[in-house]
Amino acid sequence: MSDTSHELPFWKKYIFSVDHKVIGIQYTITALLFLAFGFFLMLVMRYQLAYPNQPLPGVFASVLGEPVIGEVVVNEATGEKGKVLTGDGYNAFGAMHGTIMVFLAIVPLAVGGFGNFVLPLQCGAPDMAFPRLNMASYWMYLPGGILMLFGFFVKGGAANSGWTSYPPLSTIATTGQTIWLLGMVVLITSSLLGSVNFIVTVVQLRVKGLSFFRLPFFVWAQLVTAFLLLLAFPPLEAAGILQLMDRVADTSFFDPGGLIISGVERNTAGGGSPLLWQHLFWFLAHPEVYVLILPGLGIIAEVIANNTRKPLWGYKSLVYSAIFLGFMSFIVWAHHMFMTGMGTTLSTFFQATTMIISVPSVIILTCLIISLWGAKIRFTTPMLFALSFLPMFAIGGLTGLPLGLTAADIHLHDTYYVIGHFHYVVAPGTIFAMFAGVYYWFPKASGRRMNEWLGRIHWFFSFIFINAIFMPFFFMGMAGVLRRQFDQTETLHGAAVQGLSVMATWAAIGLAVAQLPFVINFFWSMFAGERVGQNPWNATTLEWSAPSPPPHGNFDTVPVVARGPYEYSVPGEKDDFSMQATA
Amino acid sequence: MSATVIPYDVKPHPLTGMYNGKFGIWLFLASEIMLFGALFSTYVLLRVGAPDGTWPIIGAETTRGDQILNVGLAALNTAFLITSSVTMVLAWANLKMGDFKKGQTMLLVTVALAGAFLVVKYFEYSSKLHHYAVTFDEHFERDGVESRTFKASTDNGDRTIHYLWGHVEETKKDSEGTILGYVFAPDPEPGHEGAEHKKVEIQKSEIARLTTWGPEGSSFLGCYFVITGLHGLHIVGGIVVMLWFVLTGSKMWKSQPDKYANRIECTGLYWHFVDLVWIFLFPVLYLL
Repeated sequence: MSDTSHELPFWKKYIFSVDHKVIGIQYTITALLFLAFGFFLMLVMRYQLAYPNQPLPGVFASVLGEPVIGEVVVNEATGEKGKVLTGDGYNAFGAMHGTIMVFLAIVPLAVGGFGNFVLPLQCGAPDMAFPRLNMASYWMYLPGGILMLFGFFVKGGAANSGWTSYPPLSTIATTGQTIWLLGMVVLITSSLLGSVNFIVTVVQLRVKGLSFFRLPFFVWAQLVTAFLLLLAFPPLEAAGILQLMDRVADTSFFDPGGLIISGVERNTAGGGSPLLWQHLFWFLAHPEVYVLILPGLGIIAEVIANNTRKPLWGYKSLVYSAIFLGFMSFIVWAHHMFMTGMGTTLSTFFQATTMIISVPSVIILTCLIISLWGAKIRFTTPMLFALSFLPMFAIGGLTGLPLGLTAADIHLHDTYYVIGHFHYVVAPGTIFAMFAGVYYWFPKASGRRMNEWLGRIHWFFSFIFINAIFMPFFFMGMAGVLRRQFDQTETLHGAAVQGLSVMATWAAIGLAVAQLPFVINFFWSMFAGERVGQNPWNATTLEWSAPSPPPHGNFDTVPVVARGPYEYSVPGEKDDFSMQATA
Repeated sequence: MSATVIPYDVKPHPLTGMYNGKFGIWLFLASEIMLFGALFSTYVLLRVGAPDGTWPIIGAETTRGDQILNVGLAALNTAFLITSSVTMVLAWANLKMGDFKKGQTMLLVTVALAGAFLVVKYFEYSSKLHHYAVTFDEHFERDGVESRTFKASTDNGDRTIHYLWGHVEETKKDSEGTILGYVFAPDPEPGHEGAEHKKVEIQKSEIARLTTWGPEGSSFLGCYFVITGLHGLHIVGGIVVMLWFVLTGSKMWKSQPDKYANRIECTGLYWHFVDLVWIFLFPVLYLL
């Protein structure tokens, strides 16, 4: 099965590969690079927010040439020249930070990277159901991402109407918005191909004995995620096409008519609805939130079971909650739109569904926390990330409740509180889960373990700094500072809490520095890490029955499954782990 | 290719009763339903919210699409597509029964019917893109041509729309290329279709808005062009796939006849879906 892998030419083995593991690693590395780029955009923005209109420090100014952001102006007030980020530049950076982080970094990392690498292994499959389709989805993702970045080089800069692209602002925005829409259509197609592949693989390619309720929770999380991508993304594709038509063919899907720009009425038929865009957008973008978090929860479940050396508490509750969560995520979208004037009846309905959807999320988190009860915990690097994930994800989730209540939302809507809420879910939440996953599966992908001490340093400082970035946002938001604001010191209440903004900026710089041990560790371990065997963590699931790294075709002999996924410390067994595959 | 063997590539899985490709295509179709579903929802929402007298186009007496679309041509196209679904099934059935030649012929007939659909669609599109609606700020009358009026009720009381439908025969420009006005040939009044065709010159300053019956003409036309356009792209995609199998099928048929028949089955599922979308499009856009 595996004997042909070394005969393939380089470009077939590593570039246009059909092997799910190579594609998974391609996704992971590309997504990590996009993650770093999105982070860099945020650093520049944070500098502007902490020190409004002061020249950027040399390290940024030297990187940000005029071709990168066309509208950098030179500050000549003192005769000394210095580059500052302009308002337009800030808008473009903000829109692209959101877009890159959501669509080019986290989702490809969580689904394309970890899903691709781990899911077929955990199903005992030799590869994905459609290996060439899998390759096609990566080779649509990468050009889609590059197309998105190409926006920075067109006249007027990249898309600058926010990652939500609300019309009518986005309809009349500069060319970057058209590039954004085209990029989105390509990326959506890529993730559709991926999701079909994932579902078919899970349903059809499970090995003998691996019934649905013997699947690791990670596979369940990926399965639900794939259904969300499959069914929620097409409406955004439709909306993208409609907005593209509004921009290039002068239609008026999102334009009610009578829109006056610079004193001139826009010549359209009218009759459109700006709210229509918001409905179509959030119909995707709310399930997207669960696309962001479910794979993370899956990784955390694996890591916790492995490091507590006992079965997950409430495995079936976890599975049913994930399925219910997936279903409910389709009927909560308009809680993003309480302030649009869509009416109190609709708002009340979506308020109710929003409260309901918090129940399965809490069940999942509770199961994971109870799993820790009475365990002899191994404090490995992945476990440290997993343990810190739990409270931070809880903060992210619970701070969402006031936003889901229509009355509280009136005050908090569009403030830094919202930014704090969803960043707690996605950054200390999902990104910490991703780090846990990288440390956990690195030995499987490379055959070498990552350095523990560098890992602990990475975790410790990341944990401190990431909280120092996002915790102040809740207070700033409650003080009334609005998101997407270029300079909060222009308002009195903004100026009063400016100190928190400065703190967040320095914490962000600290977080950047805290990633250095990770980067060093990643590359150093790839070549010089401690060599490990098939199962360095003494784990139970199927991927640890394959060689490290697994050859093309994965398993030396097709495994047969005899047990559930988390049979740790089974009384009467010789080891404290009983592997799913029978030898 | 590698030696990796994917299970259930050709044989059906006992749980789902489907081989991988068939299951995959059903999932793909589920996402397609969401795509067209979103567009149909857009149609419904915009139609419900359309100001009086603007749906399907400004000045229309009723809100039905048949006032401005050609129901006859669409009925012809419906016949083409339904027939093509039959020939598609026949292609697969013949392959299943081992008759490669007949199967491929049926596939080619399906391609031909799909091509006929696109030709009809071309004539429909082109007639819309060369048809105009002009609205005036106030009543217009010149050379025996008078603007038609429509009393639209709005939240702020009645509003009179002055408009004409017709063709732009000529665009008048000055020496620098600035548009001064148009020679306009209005459509005959309803009930006087046989009457002599008139022409009138309209100054640019008299026009509130001049538009073709293209996507920018009205919300309805926008929906019409986007949905039928996307559907048309699906037809084109189907033609490309079917032509690929017509041209290269014999090679695969010789080595893996079952797998080839499966591929045609999947193509067929897609094709029936594309037909089904049209079965919804036809009444929604043309008749209701």
